[in-house]
Amino acid sequence: MSVTRREFVKHTSLAAAALAASSRSELFASPLETTLLQDISAKELCMVALNAAIGEGVEYADVRITSVRNQVVSTREDRVAGLVDDETIGIGVRVLVGGTWGFHASRHLTREEAARLARAAVAQARANQRAALDRVRLAPVDPYPNGEWQTPIEEDPFAVPVEEKIDLLLTANAEALRVRGARFVSSSLAFVRLRTTFASTDGSVIDQSLYRTWPSMNVTAVAPDSSDFQSRASAEVAPMGLGYEHVRRANLFGRASEWAEEAVQKLSARAVEPGQWDLVLDPSHLFLTIHESIGHPTELDRAVGYEANYAGTSFLAPPEEVIGQFRYGPEIMNIQADRTQHGALATVGWDDEGVPADSWPLVRDGIFVDYQTTRDQVHWIAPLTRMSRSHGCSYAQSWDRIQFQRMPNVSLLPGMDDYALDDLIAATDRGILIKGRGSYSIDQQRYNFQFGGQVFYEIRGGQIAGMLKDVAYQGRTPEFWNSLDMLGGPGSYELGGTFYDGKGQPAQVNAVSHGCPPARFKQVTVINTARAE
Amino acid sequence: MPDILTESEARALCDRILSRTTADGAEVRLLSGLEGNTRFAANQLTTAGEVVDAEATLTARFGQRSASVSFNSLSDAGIDAAVRKAESLARLSPEDPEQMPLLGPQQYLAPGAFFDGTEGLGPERRADAVAEAVAQPRQADLVATGFVERVARSTAVANAAGLFAYSRSSLASFTTTVRTPDGGGSGWAGGTHNDWSRVAAPAELVQRAADKAERSVDPTVAQPGPYTVVLEPTAVGNLLQLLSFGLDARSNDEGRGAFARPGGGNQIGERVMDERVTVFSDPEDPDLLERPFTDDGLPVGRTTWIEGGVLANLAYDRYWADRQGRDPLPRAGGLKFAGQSGSVEDLIEGVDFGLLVTRFWYIRGVDPRTLKYTGLTRDGTFLIENGRVTVAVKNLRFNESIVTMLNNVEAVGEAVRVVASESGGLGPAVVAPPLVVRDFRFTSVSDAV
Repeated sequence: MSVTRREFVKHTSLAAAALAASSRSELFASPLETTLLQDISAKELCMVALNAAIGEGVEYADVRITSVRNQVVSTREDRVAGLVDDETIGIGVRVLVGGTWGFHASRHLTREEAARLARAAVAQARANQRAALDRVRLAPVDPYPNGEWQTPIEEDPFAVPVEEKIDLLLTANAEALRVRGARFVSSSLAFVRLRTTFASTDGSVIDQSLYRTWPSMNVTAVAPDSSDFQSRASAEVAPMGLGYEHVRRANLFGRASEWAEEAVQKLSARAVEPGQWDLVLDPSHLFLTIHESIGHPTELDRAVGYEANYAGTSFLAPPEEVIGQFRYGPEIMNIQADRTQHGALATVGWDDEGVPADSWPLVRDGIFVDYQTTRDQVHWIAPLTRMSRSHGCSYAQSWDRIQFQRMPNVSLLPGMDDYALDDLIAATDRGILIKGRGSYSIDQQRYNFQFGGQVFYEIRGGQIAGMLKDVAYQGRTPEFWNSLDMLGGPGSYELGGTFYDGKGQPAQVNAVSHGCPPARFKQVTVINTARAE
Repeated sequence: MPDILTESEARALCDRILSRTTADGAEVRLLSGLEGNTRFAANQLTTAGEVVDAEATLTARFGQRSASVSFNSLSDAGIDAAVRKAESLARLSPEDPEQMPLLGPQQYLAPGAFFDGTEGLGPERRADAVAEAVAQPRQADLVATGFVERVARSTAVANAAGLFAYSRSSLASFTTTVRTPDGGGSGWAGGTHNDWSRVAAPAELVQRAADKAERSVDPTVAQPGPYTVVLEPTAVGNLLQLLSFGLDARSNDEGRGAFARPGGGNQIGERVMDERVTVFSDPEDPDLLERPFTDDGLPVGRTTWIEGGVLANLAYDRYWADRQGRDPLPRAGGLKFAGQSGSVEDLIEGVDFGLLVTRFWYIRGVDPRTLKYTGLTRDGTFLIENGRVTVAVKNLRFNESIVTMLNNVEAVGEAVRVVASESGGLGPAVVAPPLVVRDFRFTSVSDAV
């Protein structure tokens, strides 16, 4: 689902001061935010809304006051293509009345508006009862009256001067364009900061600041006669839940010429011969295959049909026929859901309904064992999982959207043997090595997929034997994962991720990471995307 | 402050923002309005939301340097903070040789895109719509899921050179997927318009989806390969909107577009599609009703992109137009494939052997050189034999070029406004006819229902 990227820049030293402050009183410490909440703290405003909701007789209510900052510095060749700053702040009130949800949200951060939103949400929930059947039931959660959490960053991306960011990108662009045949290059640095004060009638008041950082580059080579063009994106540099230290370590300048050379090489790469191939998938590529073919099918709302009108349902259904029974892959396949993983995009202290971050297996020794859940979903499968609490997968992209079940970090655990990528290649007689994410498409139940990459290499006799182009592989999820026969070890495990996973109506984006080692899959169907097939 | 700013309120706020900057030049864009949505699943309403927001985007310029900030705190203090930030960023920005001077005052079309009845589609009326929608599936032992959404908003653009543009619009959609209880059948239907009264009734749309769900059980397998297809208007819209990505003059002139001419330049004036293909944009077309200006205030009028199969125009931004000695031409104003006559059923009657496609899903580019995309059929795919639908088939994955598809047109039906976005969201207006297309390439079978 493509999503518009809203962009912004923040460079003042005041942001550094705001970052260093983690206490609630300083949460909204930057000048813009102070003007928004001039005579009332975020916590007090939450209490106004909660009290108004309680006065209307709600079963449950929660409030989120959220500010979202997006900053993107983008360049093209030797110029700045965009230097934009985007900040939005507002309040959203969710209430449960008579077993039915209501939600109202506004940008106006005043006592009167907070109380109005609560009353309007209650009226809406009552109106919604005319089309309801089942009562919403919430799994229990402990109160966290003084919750605080922040992404553990080393360097505030908003405190780094914008000139430094521009210089970093333009220098890297120049390095890419030094490569003969590289015609175009674009690059960008994207940063997100999402600050939320959450409060609920369960007694929680939680402040969180989430940071995300994504350096990227794309180099395009064009054939001299304009008959072909090929691009190479910086796919190995993942977006991460880290600060500016991630930009420094990504080393766009140092790697630009390599990406440019590969874009040029792709122009003369051999066209792939369609057929059955063994695939060695690098973590920079495999992460998105995990996202599409494991992350989405294990969402419980999909499995029970709640997302049928857009994102789709799941082949992992009904729950009573698959939990503890469905063989996803071989015994070496272990999939962990985890919102506590350092540097990962979906890592939090608490989810958006006050549930502490969790880590739990989805697939153990190849067998599917559990789904992703929010509080209102737990009772659907509690008899099957004996799990009475939510796994903490509630998330809303901003103050103006209703929180619902979103994907945690979902990762393929490394194998016991400490194999590296080279070991997988050496053990493969005839195969294709795929690096980087390309075109990805999968059906609405997550069976049939077609995935592409950034660069492709033929493996012959255990060695790399030149570059291929126009490669994509097609498959059916259960057969594909059961063809997994070799995994890299702990030393080869890497995190990939995406800023823009879309789901829900209205569509919301979620940022999520997936860790994995390189892995080999036997006899997968490969097509040539340039031919009519 | 009211939820939807009137023209005079928007002008006053734009003036207030512009008056507070000392930049050499400044422009501001102002969005305000209401957004409401209601979801249903398992034959019952699940969640609903109602949002009030307004957002300004200020671009400050110092010579060829510029920067933009967006903000939704519109008090004087909030504006001053945003102005300071935009100005300091603009001063730090390198000079942009491609930055064009601010536009002066312009004349705009005035499409009547705002409907009070759509604005009034609040939480209560949406709950009524859902109650109406789920009644029949509950009776028929089917499972309905769906989404009803409406926005009512205004947009204004103003700059220090005296330009001011303003428009109001409303937009609503209703989409539904109905499935059989065992998950063996699935059907979809949906409608959208600026005027809610022109969207088919929820019960009618649910009935269409329910019919498809019941007819789609026990599918047979159609082996992958080239097929003659009848694409319903929604399926055509899903793919037609992707043509926009190929209509940029600069990328084609630079040799990286589907309409690049080998050796340099682009293919304007050349025959690139079947002669029955005419595609245009027009903010005033009663089926499109789009905003008559771009984000920087450039007027948007009627533009024909493909005329009788000939590439008539490509979009030129102001910089590229200046470089090429042409007038700028924005890629905006919706997209309409000029229809002929005939319904989906009429088109089916003319097909001896082929497939009927309701809509497509997870469409992703695989080759930008040819605008080739992959994706899958979804929620109602059927075999056509001897001019009638005979049996459901399993869903199929396609790999097909939009340009090739529009070269292989066999018949064109009557065009209608469609929900072109896969998410059922309120995107740019797309109007598409049903089409018969030969040799549409399917490459694998999906077990998904």
